[in-house]
Amino acid sequence: MATGVPIEFDSVTKRFGDIEAVSELSFSVEPGKVTGFLGPNGAGKTTTLRMLLGLVQPTSGTATIGGSRYAELENPLATVGSALEAASFTPGRTARNHLRVYAQAARLDASLVPAALEKVGLADYADRRVAGYSLGMRQRLGLAFALLGDPGVLVLDEPINGLDPEGIKWIRTFLRELAAEGRTILVSSHLLSEVQQSVDEVVIIAKGRLVHRGDLADLDPAGNQQVVVDSPDREALEAALKAAQLTYTELRGGFLVSGAEAAEVGHVAFAAGVEVSALHKQKSGLEETFLHLVGEGGSL
Amino acid sequence: MNTFIAGLRAEITKLFTTRMWWVLAIVLFAYIALLAGGLGALFGAITTGKITSSGETPHFGTLAPLVYSFATSVGYVFPVLLGALVTTGEFKHQTLTPTFLANPRRSQVLAAKGVASLGVGAVYGVVALVASVGAGAIALTIFGVDTTLGDSDTWALVGRAILAMALWAAIGVGLGVVIPSQVGAIITVLAFTQFVEPLLRLAASFSDATASIGKYLPGAASDGLVGSSFFTISSPGAGVLEWWQGGLVLLAYAVVLTIIGHFISWRRDVT
Repeated sequence: MATGVPIEFDSVTKRFGDIEAVSELSFSVEPGKVTGFLGPNGAGKTTTLRMLLGLVQPTSGTATIGGSRYAELENPLATVGSALEAASFTPGRTARNHLRVYAQAARLDASLVPAALEKVGLADYADRRVAGYSLGMRQRLGLAFALLGDPGVLVLDEPINGLDPEGIKWIRTFLRELAAEGRTILVSSHLLSEVQQSVDEVVIIAKGRLVHRGDLADLDPAGNQQVVVDSPDREALEAALKAAQLTYTELRGGFLVSGAEAAEVGHVAFAAGVEVSALHKQKSGLEETFLHLVGEGGSL
Repeated sequence: MNTFIAGLRAEITKLFTTRMWWVLAIVLFAYIALLAGGLGALFGAITTGKITSSGETPHFGTLAPLVYSFATSVGYVFPVLLGALVTTGEFKHQTLTPTFLANPRRSQVLAAKGVASLGVGAVYGVVALVASVGAGAIALTIFGVDTTLGDSDTWALVGRAILAMALWAAIGVGLGVVIPSQVGAIITVLAFTQFVEPLLRLAASFSDATASIGKYLPGAASDGLVGSSFFTISSPGAGVLEWWQGGLVLLAYAVVLTIIGHFISWRRDVT
């Protein structure tokens, strides 16, 4: 395995005609972690990754891997492995031959082909033509291409798309293992919920600009905590909440209390002698923070 | 150079790991065998007087090389199609992405593709000549016409025909990067080879001035390289290039198209 090296974007900009797809984007991705690259569809994620991989020429700025631009890499597939959104296969070629072609082109050892197929669980289907593959199998073959040179850096664009629940679970575990080995892993997604269980850090972009960079935990500030509480006697509960000077809004199924722990809300109800029929923490505020950051009502 | 050799290997593997090359080769073989056998028999019958035509007796020159050269004068469209299909396929199936990830030196990849196509074009040349010489010689033997198979000139023609087919495949690669749309490239190949160029060659043959230009058309140059063609006999006014000139003209078409295509499509962003 090649050692993980950092990925660096230095004020990268890409214009397509009049449209600025990516604007002055700067961030770095460190080895040994899984970094989520998030943003709604059309935010410029794929363009950014393609600039990193030398497929799209930046209008200005540089994107480097371990200090080198992709085109300067001595041994590209053994340094960076990537699986991009558009699955690119010749339908009439088998998975094994597909990988053989690129192993030859990149001067990799032929024995890496069966090894990569084995890693993604395609060994039994390797001699079938890709035309007969399901979307999930194509995703796995894309991943096998990324892993072909046993690279220290992995760049995966929407790797979870098209995978079944079992596949999703598998890829999450797999990415964690790869990061634990010291590799640099950058995974893009338009859904925070898809990656939040497997990433350590996030880079969030919207409309081609960086909007957040940091630990996943930073997205979930403690002050944003919310608790749902309900009682058979709504009026008494509301009076108790009001008396305790808690901020709340009425929901169909009770009250949503902001800025308080579940234990605190439970205590308020107990002290007021109000029977409680439901008391639980509102699910993570991450998604809301994410949507707020990307400035849209949701991802498309 | 090391990465170029690696790229060449990869491009050859690409060519031989789908069904396309042998499907086209089978069609090429059947088509040329049928034509060389059928027309060889017909011309054989006419020259030996087994079929009498009304009016003057047509003159076909030396019959055997004419029949053998069907391999290229008719078959050249197959290596062009193969070259164009494998190149446009990279755009159509978005395999430019893994191709350029494996080797980001794009001009080197394109050069490797052109050189690899020369090889498969030569294979097509062998297939087409086995068909034309095989079926043609059988037909000529039946009518007692000299097959000239013992003649070294015949084998020199076979060698030049294989070279022509190789060059046509490289022209196909060049065409494929100039017209990356697969449908567009196929239509262009068929329209140009089957319709536009024959008409241009015919028109050019009417005056000496145009004939001196017409011989540089790719099909005419190819006939010049091979040294015999049905076409040069049916339009006798057209000038013919020396074999080595014809070969250089074909090579120039391949190189110029490939360089133009490199700037038009190959260097572009892969999105």
